[in-house]
Amino acid sequence: MNEVTKEQYIKSLLYVAAGLSIIILPVIVVWVALNGAGALSWDFLTQAPYRLVKGGIYPQIIGSIYLVALSTLFGAPIGLISAIYLSEYAPDNVITQTVRFFTETLAGVPSIVIGLFGLEFLVYELHLKTSLLAGALSLGIMMLPWTIRASEEAIKVVPKEFKEASLALGATKWQTMVRVVIPAALPGIITGILLGMGKAIGETAIVWLTAGSGSEGFVPASLQAPTGSLPMYIYLVATQAAAGSQHGYGAALVLIAMFLSISVSALLLRNYFLRKLYGR
Amino acid sequence: MSKGDWVGRILFVCASFSALVVFLITFYLLREGIGVLNWDFLTGTIWNPSLDLYGILPTLVSTLIVVGGAIVIAVAIAIPCAIFLAEYSPFWLRNIIKSAVEVIVGIPSVVIGLFGVIVIVPFIRDNIGGRNGEGILAGWIILALMIIPNIITISEDALRAVPSAYREASLALGATRWQTMRNVILPNASSGIRASLILGVGRALGETMAVLMVIGNPNIPFFPTSILDQVRTLTSTIAIEFSYVTWGSPHQQALYAMGVVLFFIIMVLNFVATFVIRKKVIAGE
Repeated sequence: MNEVTKEQYIKSLLYVAAGLSIIILPVIVVWVALNGAGALSWDFLTQAPYRLVKGGIYPQIIGSIYLVALSTLFGAPIGLISAIYLSEYAPDNVITQTVRFFTETLAGVPSIVIGLFGLEFLVYELHLKTSLLAGALSLGIMMLPWTIRASEEAIKVVPKEFKEASLALGATKWQTMVRVVIPAALPGIITGILLGMGKAIGETAIVWLTAGSGSEGFVPASLQAPTGSLPMYIYLVATQAAAGSQHGYGAALVLIAMFLSISVSALLLRNYFLRKLYGR
Repeated sequence: MSKGDWVGRILFVCASFSALVVFLITFYLLREGIGVLNWDFLTGTIWNPSLDLYGILPTLVSTLIVVGGAIVIAVAIAIPCAIFLAEYSPFWLRNIIKSAVEVIVGIPSVVIGLFGVIVIVPFIRDNIGGRNGEGILAGWIILALMIIPNIITISEDALRAVPSAYREASLALGATRWQTMRNVILPNASSGIRASLILGVGRALGETMAVLMVIGNPNIPFFPTSILDQVRTLTSTIAIEFSYVTWGSPHQQALYAMGVVLFFIIMVLNFVATFVIRKKVIAGE
C-alpha cells in the first residue's frame, strides 16, 4: 500500500471514530425523547407521585430546581471571588500554589466522596439532617472548582489593553477589576456557571446521600426538609419498577430537556461573547 | 495599610475555601474510616457485613477490571477522534463536534445508566449471555461512553499544543499528513495524551450511578472470571450499602474506609497527571 492510499484509508478511519464519538449525544437524546414523549401530560408535570410510578413528578422537578438554584447561590460567588484572586491578586508564592493545587484537587474528588463528606459533616456533624440545604451545599462544593476554572479562563482572555487603559486613567486595581475586567468577562463567567449548573442538575450520588430518597410526594417546605429530585427518581424507577416504565422515561425526558437548555444556552452565550470580543 | 491590601486579603480568604473543603473532606473521611483501615481490610477477600467481615480485595480488583476495559474502549474511539479534530477536520465541523463533546461531558449519568439498563443490558442478555446481561461487559460499554468526551477534549488540546513549525517542517520535507502525525505530532503530544488518560481513569474510578445500574452488584463480591460476571465497584458498594447501613457500626466505618481508598487512588492519579507529566511537558519545551 503506498502512502497516498494509506493516507486515504486512515482518513476514513478517523472520520468513523469522530462520527462514533459525537453520535452518542443524538442517540441518547432521541431515544429518551421517543420513549418519554408518551409519558408527558399536564398531570404528569403537576401531580405528586405515589407508589413510585403513579401520579406525576411535580415535587421532583421543583426539588431539582431548588437544589440547583441554591447550590449556585452558594457556589458561584465563592467560585468567582476565588477566580478573581487567583488570576489577578495572587502573589506567586507557596501559599498561592497550595491554594491552586487544592482547587485542582477538589475538581478530581469523585462525587460519591463529596456525598460521604456531606453526609458526615453537614448532615450529622452540623445537624442539617438529610435535607434540601445539606444537598444544595454539597452540590455547591462539587460546582466550585468548575466555576473557578471557567471564571479564571474568562478573566484571562480579557484583552490586556482594557486593563492597562483603566489603570492608566488612574483607577485602582479593584476599580479596574469591578468596572472593566469583570463586565468584559461576564458572559464567559456566566457560561462557566451554567455548565456547572448543568452538571449539578444531573448529579445523583451526592443527592442520594445528602438530600433525600427521591420519591418524596411533597415540595420541600423549608431548607431543613428532605427533597425529591429528578435524577434520584429516575434511578428508583429504573431499578425498582418494571424496566421501561413510562414514568422513568418521562422523568428522563424532563431532566434532559432541563440539562440541554442550560448547556446549550451556555455555549451560545460563549460564542456570542467571543464574537463580540474578537469580532469573529 | 492601604485599601488594596485589604481587598487582597478578603479575596484570599474566599479563595482558600476550596483548600479548606479538601482539608475537611480528608479529615472527616479519615476520622470515620481509620478504625478499620488496615492491611486485612485492603487484602481481605471476604466482604460480608452480616458477619462483620470487611475485605475489599475482590471489589478493588473488579473496579480495576471495569475501569481498565472501559479505558481501552474509550481510547480506541477518543484518540482517533482527537486526531481528526486537531489535524483533519474543517474548522466549522470542529466547532460543532467540540461543542457536542462539551455537552456530552455533562449528560446526567443516571440517564446514561437508564439507557444501559433498558438498551445495553437486554442486548447483552439476548445476544451474548450472562446472568441478566448485567456485569463487566455492560459496565465497560457504559463507562467508555462517559469518559470518551473527557479524553477527546484533553488529548485534542495536547495535539494542538504542538508548535505548528514542527508540522510545517515535516510536511515541507514531503511527509504525508499521517506520517507527520505518527512521527512528529504524536510523539510530541504524548505527555499530554498520557495526562488525559490518567485523568480519564480518575473520572472512571469515581463514576457512580451509570456503572452501578448495569454491573449487577452481587450480594457477596467475588473475583470475576468472565466478562459477563456480575461485579461490584468501590463506588457502587458505597452508594448501595449506605441506604441500609447502621450509623456508627463497623459497617459504616468500612464504607468510609472504602471512600478513603478511592479518594487516595484518585489523588495519586491527579498528582501524577498534574505534576509529573505536565512538568515533563514544560521541561521538553
